[in-house]
Amino acid sequence: MSFASFIFRRVLQMIPTIVFILVVTFVLVRLLPGDPASAILGDRARDADVARINARLGLDQPIFVQFLYFVRNVFTGDLGNSISLKVPVARLIAERLPVTLLLTAMAAVIALVMAVPLAFVSALRRGRASDVVVRGAFQVGLSMPVFYVGLVLLIVFSANLHWFPVGGYGDGFFAHLYHLFLPALTLALSLSAILMRNLRAAVIGVVGAEYVDFARAKGLRSRLVLTRHVLRNALISTVALFGLQIGVLLSGAVVTETVFAIPGAGRLMIDSIYGRDYPVIQGLTIALAVVVSLIFLATDIVQAWLDPRVAR
Amino acid sequence: MKVVTGQRPRMHRVLFDLPATMIIGGIILFASFVLAFFPSLFAPYDPNAFDYGALLHAPTLAHPFGTDNYGRDMLSRVIHAYTIDMQIAVFATIVPVIVGTLIGAVVGYAGGLTEAFFGRVVDAIITFPFLVLVIAIVSVLGPGLINMYIAVGIIDWVFYGRLTAAEIKVQKRLDYADAGRVMGYRPSRVVFRHLLPNAMTPALVYWMTDMALAILLGSSLGYLGLGAQPPAAEWGVLIADGKNFMTTAWWISIFPGLAIVITGLGFSLFGDGLAEFLRTRR
Repeated sequence: MSFASFIFRRVLQMIPTIVFILVVTFVLVRLLPGDPASAILGDRARDADVARINARLGLDQPIFVQFLYFVRNVFTGDLGNSISLKVPVARLIAERLPVTLLLTAMAAVIALVMAVPLAFVSALRRGRASDVVVRGAFQVGLSMPVFYVGLVLLIVFSANLHWFPVGGYGDGFFAHLYHLFLPALTLALSLSAILMRNLRAAVIGVVGAEYVDFARAKGLRSRLVLTRHVLRNALISTVALFGLQIGVLLSGAVVTETVFAIPGAGRLMIDSIYGRDYPVIQGLTIALAVVVSLIFLATDIVQAWLDPRVAR
Repeated sequence: MKVVTGQRPRMHRVLFDLPATMIIGGIILFASFVLAFFPSLFAPYDPNAFDYGALLHAPTLAHPFGTDNYGRDMLSRVIHAYTIDMQIAVFATIVPVIVGTLIGAVVGYAGGLTEAFFGRVVDAIITFPFLVLVIAIVSVLGPGLINMYIAVGIIDWVFYGRLTAAEIKVQKRLDYADAGRVMGYRPSRVVFRHLLPNAMTPALVYWMTDMALAILLGSSLGYLGLGAQPPAAEWGVLIADGKNFMTTAWWISIFPGLAIVITGLGFSLFGDGLAEFLRTRR
């Protein structure tokens, strides 16, 4: 099967996932105590106003028809209006989500920069002191909750050493990068621990393979063997794992944004929960789930490119 | 499968053969559960007693973990929090373990369409960022531990289901499964009495990791104000209490966090050791 038809088939697989996402978020809001009309109008609404709102929102229709309306609205980018901020949810998400995505992307880069070299050191010096230290440190990192790591970094690097701001987002791209460095490092720590563990095992597996012996016997320089042959093959399972961890990373971003007071989608989500702003919660849940499924798609494609056997 | 030998292994031999990680993890977990069941025996003070003569004291001999802004002894609060956090570890995961394992067993044995459908459900559920979905569910049900258990339960079972289904698929092709079928046993007996006991290892090992994850999740929700509610002593809540005193009284947040890290290490060391132990016994 060709690469193109693999991608096509993989995109088709997203359809049931998207349908499920929509069903869950639709049902979730229907489970709420009270009805949307009184949520919008308040407790002392008149019956006529409630009926008018219900008709406008399509709530006087059968539940299945309501779902179709909901799906149509989502696909036309209409996620309703925020109850507390009085602006369209879609616009709020468009403002806040890029912040979260930048934070997540920075965390992913930092995690890879930490995990790849350390995994090699650890794998190639297996059982020695450096291996034990690296693995021990990452094991501790894995047991730390994200918000705690964030607080510790804040206490050390912001409150005491004054190297980084205590929170916020700054103005301009480079200020963003500077403000997001500690939060991204916070997120990267547990991700790099998971990637490191997997990559280390993969490198140990690959180093013993015959094609690596052959590459060495050909007289290839050791660095070339490591980058061309070992790294590429060891990365395959790590890329898959990386995709699976994106959901965890976004979850962590929700907490991290709260700790560092970053105006991203996660912070918006928590604020909306305190404010019982359900349209925003619903819209954000959809948006974040769609981001994750797109990243799943991307990692599957990268994996197929690294290892053509996957596409078969 | 177990190797049948003439002799029963002696107890000290078994202990000696246990992986070191399992022993260290086991000791940490044993101590954690003892603290969780009998916090009053170990806590030097009442965890909720205000002491206006000892506000924001740094760690001293009298208060090894310091005191908070109400003069409450942090060591006692951290110890009392074991009760809630160990409860979170067990209660949040026990239903997903049982339900997920049973569903996984049925799915793995049935195969075909059932398995394909299950695969789609799993894909769809893992597409939601776990914490985001839990937060969304908790926001609908309201904050609190019970609602957190419900939210986790809705999602978490798929991980056990997937692990068990994969293992059952391996086991059902082995000779003893055929033997059971040839004997005329009903499929339910073959699955639950014969295959499942041999297919539970991955789910059991994952349970250890999952309990550590449950504590991380529970404390994260506590920190955000969506889990255990103050004045309950829960590690995440304690850390949140201290965040406003980060620059002046670091100890309020630091020590509860250490308790999370040590307990998490206990679960993952025990889990790693258990995996190794079960692997070598085969």
